[in-house]
Amino acid sequence: MIIAGIDVGSRYIKYAVLHKGVARFLREETGYDPLAVCRRLIEDTAPDRVLATGYGRHLLAADKEMATITEIKAVARGARAVFPSCRTIIDIGGQDTKVVLLKADGTVGNFEMNDRCAAGTGKFLEIMARALGFSMNDFGLRCETSQQVTISSLCAVFAESEVITLIGKGVRREVIATALHNSIVTRILPLVKRVGLVEEIVFAGGCARDACLQKMLTERLGKNVLVHDQPDMLSAYGAALCALD
Amino acid sequence: MSENYQEMWASLGLNLEAHQGLLSVLSDAYQSIYLSQKNRPAGMGYFDFVVSEVHGLRIVELLKDKAAGKLIVGTFCVYVPEELILALDGVSIGLCAGADVGTEEAEKFIPRNTCALIKGFMGFKLAGLCPYVESADLIIGETTCDGKKKAYEIFDEITRKVYVMELPNKKSDEGRALWTNEIRKLAQKLIEVTGREITLDKLREAARVVNAKRRALQRLSEARASDPAPISGLDALLINQISFYDDPLRFTSKLNELCDELDERVKHGTGVSPKGATRVLVSGSPMALPNWKLHSIIESSGGIVVGEEACVGERNFRDLLDAFSTVDEALRKMADRSMGINCACFTPNDERLTDIHNMSSKLHAQGVIHYALQFCTPYLVEAYRAKNSVEAAGLPFLRIETDYSLEDAGQLKTRVEAFIEMIRDVKRS
Repeated sequence: MIIAGIDVGSRYIKYAVLHKGVARFLREETGYDPLAVCRRLIEDTAPDRVLATGYGRHLLAADKEMATITEIKAVARGARAVFPSCRTIIDIGGQDTKVVLLKADGTVGNFEMNDRCAAGTGKFLEIMARALGFSMNDFGLRCETSQQVTISSLCAVFAESEVITLIGKGVRREVIATALHNSIVTRILPLVKRVGLVEEIVFAGGCARDACLQKMLTERLGKNVLVHDQPDMLSAYGAALCALD
Repeated sequence: MSENYQEMWASLGLNLEAHQGLLSVLSDAYQSIYLSQKNRPAGMGYFDFVVSEVHGLRIVELLKDKAAGKLIVGTFCVYVPEELILALDGVSIGLCAGADVGTEEAEKFIPRNTCALIKGFMGFKLAGLCPYVESADLIIGETTCDGKKKAYEIFDEITRKVYVMELPNKKSDEGRALWTNEIRKLAQKLIEVTGREITLDKLREAARVVNAKRRALQRLSEARASDPAPISGLDALLINQISFYDDPLRFTSKLNELCDELDERVKHGTGVSPKGATRVLVSGSPMALPNWKLHSIIESSGGIVVGEEACVGERNFRDLLDAFSTVDEALRKMADRSMGINCACFTPNDERLTDIHNMSSKLHAQGVIHYALQFCTPYLVEAYRAKNSVEAAGLPFLRIETDYSLEDAGQLKTRVEAFIEMIRDVKRS
C-alpha cells in the first residue's frame, strides 16, 4: 500500500510518500496554481491514501474530498517519528512561525503562532536576502559578526528600509545579514517562552536549513537543537503517518 | 430590505448609497454564514426575519414610538439598567458597532490603534450608516475603558446626544456607592429629558419585562448544555445580539417559543452537530452585531460553541433584578445587579475566573477560547490570568486576538482547528 502526506505551504508544496517502509520526499514551488501541482504529485505516485495539511489544505479538501489535519498536528507527528524524545518544535515556514509543545505521549499539549503578518518568517528572510543580493541557499552561511548592528523593525517593509540605510552607511552586507537573522530569533523567543520550553527541541520548517538561524537559536536558547536533514518535510511526513492510522 | 425604506433612511440622514452597500454585504454574509447551516430549529425563522429588517421594520417601529412621545435611548454597555429606561416609557437600543465600516471617517477622529468596536460605533455614525444613532434622543456611554471614555467626548461633539455614566474601577464599597449614585443621577437625567415621573408601579412593570427577557435567555443557555447541542453557537449568539435591539416583549415570547422547541429537541436527542462534537466556551470581549467571525470559524472547524462568557452573552442575563419596595431601593438593586457583571475593566476581577469555571462545567465545555479584540487592553491582559485558571482546572485554552477584518481568517482557522484536534486527541488517549 502507498500512503502519502501533502503539505500545501505558502512557498512550497511538500509531499511525503510511504511505500514498503521507505519514505520518499518531494518538493515543488507552490506558485499560482497549487491545485495543479498537488494533482500532478498525486497522479504520479498513485497513493492509496493521502492526507492534506498546510495552509492550502482546504483547497484539496474541497477538490478531492481529502481528509485534512492542521500543520500543527502534522509537524508534531512527523518530528516525533524522527526524534522520538522531542517535546518542543520550533517551526519557521514561509509565512508562519509556530512553536508546538508536545506532551510526554507525543500529542500536542500547547502551541503558539505568529500574528497575521510575515515578520519573522521565511518570507522575511527571502525578501532580505534579495535586498542584499544573496541567494537563499547560502544566506545563513554568509553571516559575519565582525561588527555589531541591529535591525530593530520586525516588519518586512520597514526592515528593508533599515537595510538600505545600513548599506548607505557602508556597513558590510554580511554584517547586515547577521542582524536580520538575529531579529528573527528575537521574534521567536517570546513564543517559545509562552508555551514553555521542554527538551528535546526540534527546529523544523524551511528556515531550519539556515545555518545561521540554527546556530543563533542554539546559543540564545542555551540548549541543543535537533534538525532533520530535510526539516521542511516533517509536516508532510507527519501527515502521511497520520494517514496510515 | 425593500425600496420602501429609502424615504425613511433619507429622512434620517443616512448615506443611501453606502447604506445599500452595507445591507447587501450583510445579506451575503448572512446567507453564507447563517442560512447555510444545517438542521436549524424552525424557531430561528423569526430571528432571521428580525435580522433582515434590522434597519427596516424595527426602525419604523422606533420612529412610531418616538412620534408617540417615547424616548429612544441608545446604549453601549450592559451596566446601563434597561429597566430604568423602560420605566420612563423609553426604548432601549444597543448601538451598531460590530462591523468595519466608515473606518477612514473614524480615523479622522481617533487613532488607528483603537479597538474595532469603538472604531465601529464612530464609523457607523460618521459614514451615515446607523439608523439607530440617528433615531436616538439620548445616547448613554460609560467609562468602561480608556478608549471608550475618550471617544465619547468626540462622539458627543458629533451627535450632541451623549450622557456618560462613571463606572468605578473596583468592586469595593466605595465603588458600589459611586455606581449607585450614578444610577440615581441617570434616573434624574431621564426624568428631566422625558418630563415624566418614576413610579414604583412603572418600575415593577419594567423589571417584570426585563427579567422575563433574561429568563428566556437563561433558558436558551441551559438548552445549550445538552449533547448534542440543540442549537448552534452562531444562532445562540445571534439571539443574544438581537436581544439588544428587539422589542423586549415580542423578543421574549418568540425566544420562549424557540426554547420550547429546543426542549423537544433535547428530549429526542436532536442536535445541530453530532453527539460528541467538540464543545467550546468562548470568553472575552463583546461581539456586537454582525460580528460572527469567531463562532463561524469554530463551527466550520467541527466545534460547537456552547456559551459566551461575555457581555453579549451570559453577563447580560445571568442575574435578575431582585424585588424592591421603594423607588430608591429599586435603584440600589439595579446598581447591585450590575456590579455582579464581571467585566475586565474592573480590578481585581477574580470573579470572572470563577464565572468561566462555572460556565465550563455547567455547559460541559471541553476547552475555552479567549477572544479579545485587538487593542482591547483589559481583556488582552486578563487573558493571562484566565489561561492559568482554565489550565489549572485541566481544560485546554486558546487565546485569540483579532478584529473584524477577514485577513487573518486563514490563520485563525488553523489555530482553531489545531485546538479542536488537540482536544479530540486528549479524549482519545
